[in-house]
Amino acid sequence: MTLCRLRVCIISPFLLFLGISYSSVANAWEISGYVGLESLAFIEEPLYKEQHQHYISGVIEAELYHEWDNGSQSFAFVPYFRGSQHDSHRTHFDIRELTWLKAAEAWELRLGIRKVFWGVTESNHLVDVINQRDTVENSDGEDKLGQPMINLALIQDWGTVDLFILPWFRERTFTGEEGRLRPEPAVSGNLAEYDKNGFQREVAYAIRWSHSMGDWDMGLSHFYGTSRDPVFLLKQADNGAVNLIPYYQNINQTGLDIQATLDSLLLKWEAIVRVSDTETAFASTVGFEYTFFNIMSSGIDIGLLSEYLYDSRGNTAPNLTQDDFFVGARFALNDIQDSQLLAGVMIDRVTQAQFYNIEASRRFFESFRFEVEARFFNGASPKDPAYFLRQDSHFRMELSYHF
Amino acid sequence: MNKIIVSLCLALLSSVGMAETQTGLEIMQEVKLRNTGWLDMTADLEMVLTNKNGDEHRRKLAMKVLEIEEDGDKSLSVFNSPRDVKGTAFLSFTHALDADEQWLYLPALKRVKRISSSNKSGPFLGSEIAFEDLSSFELEKYTYTYLKDELLDSIDCFVIENKPQYEYSGYVRTIVWVDKLRYIPMKIDYYDRKNTLLKTQTFNDYQQYLDKYWRADSMLMKNYVTGKSTQLFWHNYKFSSGLTARQFDKNSLKRSR
Repeated sequence: MTLCRLRVCIISPFLLFLGISYSSVANAWEISGYVGLESLAFIEEPLYKEQHQHYISGVIEAELYHEWDNGSQSFAFVPYFRGSQHDSHRTHFDIRELTWLKAAEAWELRLGIRKVFWGVTESNHLVDVINQRDTVENSDGEDKLGQPMINLALIQDWGTVDLFILPWFRERTFTGEEGRLRPEPAVSGNLAEYDKNGFQREVAYAIRWSHSMGDWDMGLSHFYGTSRDPVFLLKQADNGAVNLIPYYQNINQTGLDIQATLDSLLLKWEAIVRVSDTETAFASTVGFEYTFFNIMSSGIDIGLLSEYLYDSRGNTAPNLTQDDFFVGARFALNDIQDSQLLAGVMIDRVTQAQFYNIEASRRFFESFRFEVEARFFNGASPKDPAYFLRQDSHFRMELSYHF
Repeated sequence: MNKIIVSLCLALLSSVGMAETQTGLEIMQEVKLRNTGWLDMTADLEMVLTNKNGDEHRRKLAMKVLEIEEDGDKSLSVFNSPRDVKGTAFLSFTHALDADEQWLYLPALKRVKRISSSNKSGPFLGSEIAFEDLSSFELEKYTYTYLKDELLDSIDCFVIENKPQYEYSGYVRTIVWVDKLRYIPMKIDYYDRKNTLLKTQTFNDYQQYLDKYWRADSMLMKNYVTGKSTQLFWHNYKFSSGLTARQFDKNSLKRSR
């Protein structure tokens, strides 16, 4: 409730301001974005009676952008909404971006809500800790919630140092009772618990150094604050009901990401050390991507990827990839429709449980894009944390119009 | 006064004399020399892709280029259409013979990706333009052989054969027609690795900027193998606006438009 009110406060003066400026300098404002229709279809019967076989949803994301001061200052506002059939938790609104930016020769300052990406690997994003993930949006974990921040980048010959103050912790979004791809019981996000409360819970700090030297791109980062990845606790309520609740620990996390670009071969490595009150965890993703470009002068590129994922947390690792291999192939036709396909499989080294992922997309009629994703889960035993996904193999299709 | 006229005449004579014996390399050195010193350039590029059936597809992008002395240029291109890739940006530090350094910015993920620059011969945005056709012209990239003089649409041209010396080129050779007066390319024939004529690029509507630098407002690339063609239309050329290397770094890539 307070959250909603806060959002209204942010938006309404902004809309007023917008209304005035838009009419006076119409050309300087730029609007773009997309609307889409999504079909999420599950192959097997649901495990729980509240769940459904098929879900339809609609999405809109718009970007309002303005720059001035010869491009050295800019303003961006990106509201986002998805409305979903059945699962009310998936119907959600978010401000992905609401930022003012000022760029000078030796520094850049960003104030407001933003998304930040750190890292180099493809199958997992260990060092990427600034934003909360929007897990109801897509099970691939690539979508993020907007994070309020003050970000000062100091630009030096020896690299860029980014300083972050991150006020306001964003809780993770979780699939509701009616949604698929969930454990039983469904996660009770509203009962979330924390190591710290009040100011210490809300505010996090981060620093990152990044640099490019010849073939090498690297980053070293540190984060202190409430972890965006919760651990989960089973707790019995007073009425006897058992709830699965997220527990957000206070952590110090140091991360390293390195990529070497050697002609057609990319070598990638990410590693983190995460220290909480209960444990010190180490995790790493290391791998390569090799691309055959313009095969037989057809314009087609085929890339082969392989990564190994390790996490000392074992079965309690946040992304179920504690000792896994990922192998995949990327096809880019480089045609007028920009057709592409990425197919991969993640295999648990010990249990051999597999997770198959295929993503394909193609442009239609200049401004439409059609995307198909197929995800299959296979071979997880009852002891495997991925066991809850055993019936949730699915196809996701989205048709979007871009403006 | 007389002295000046005499020395001018001598200079003219010697330059005419030289032209007759100019080697391919010397001609291309002159091409490079006359196109040096513009410091930086911004322009909007519109591409029209036409397939065999005559269907047209349009691409729009904004380009910035920073001239780097004794090395390849730095460039930043931002895609504006098709709209599904709007905001995607491409940063490139080109080098004569060493591998270029390239980064791609993906706006949906806010991700900057270092990418391989070995993709020289692949198509740029699904067009008939290869990545290598767009990269900055550096003398070390080719060896040159002067072939002959030829009139091309009543313009007196040198005809020169260029052989790429950099890795991963899709061409065994290119043949360029250089305007003898202005030292600018009028036409390029591209021969694939099997030495068959693959593409012809023609340069049209040249305009002069800063009283010195010639730029073609439109270009046509015709592919004989696929029957497709790509037209390039350049708008809003600006030179020497005081851009610095800072506008061509990863930080700028992340906020490019």
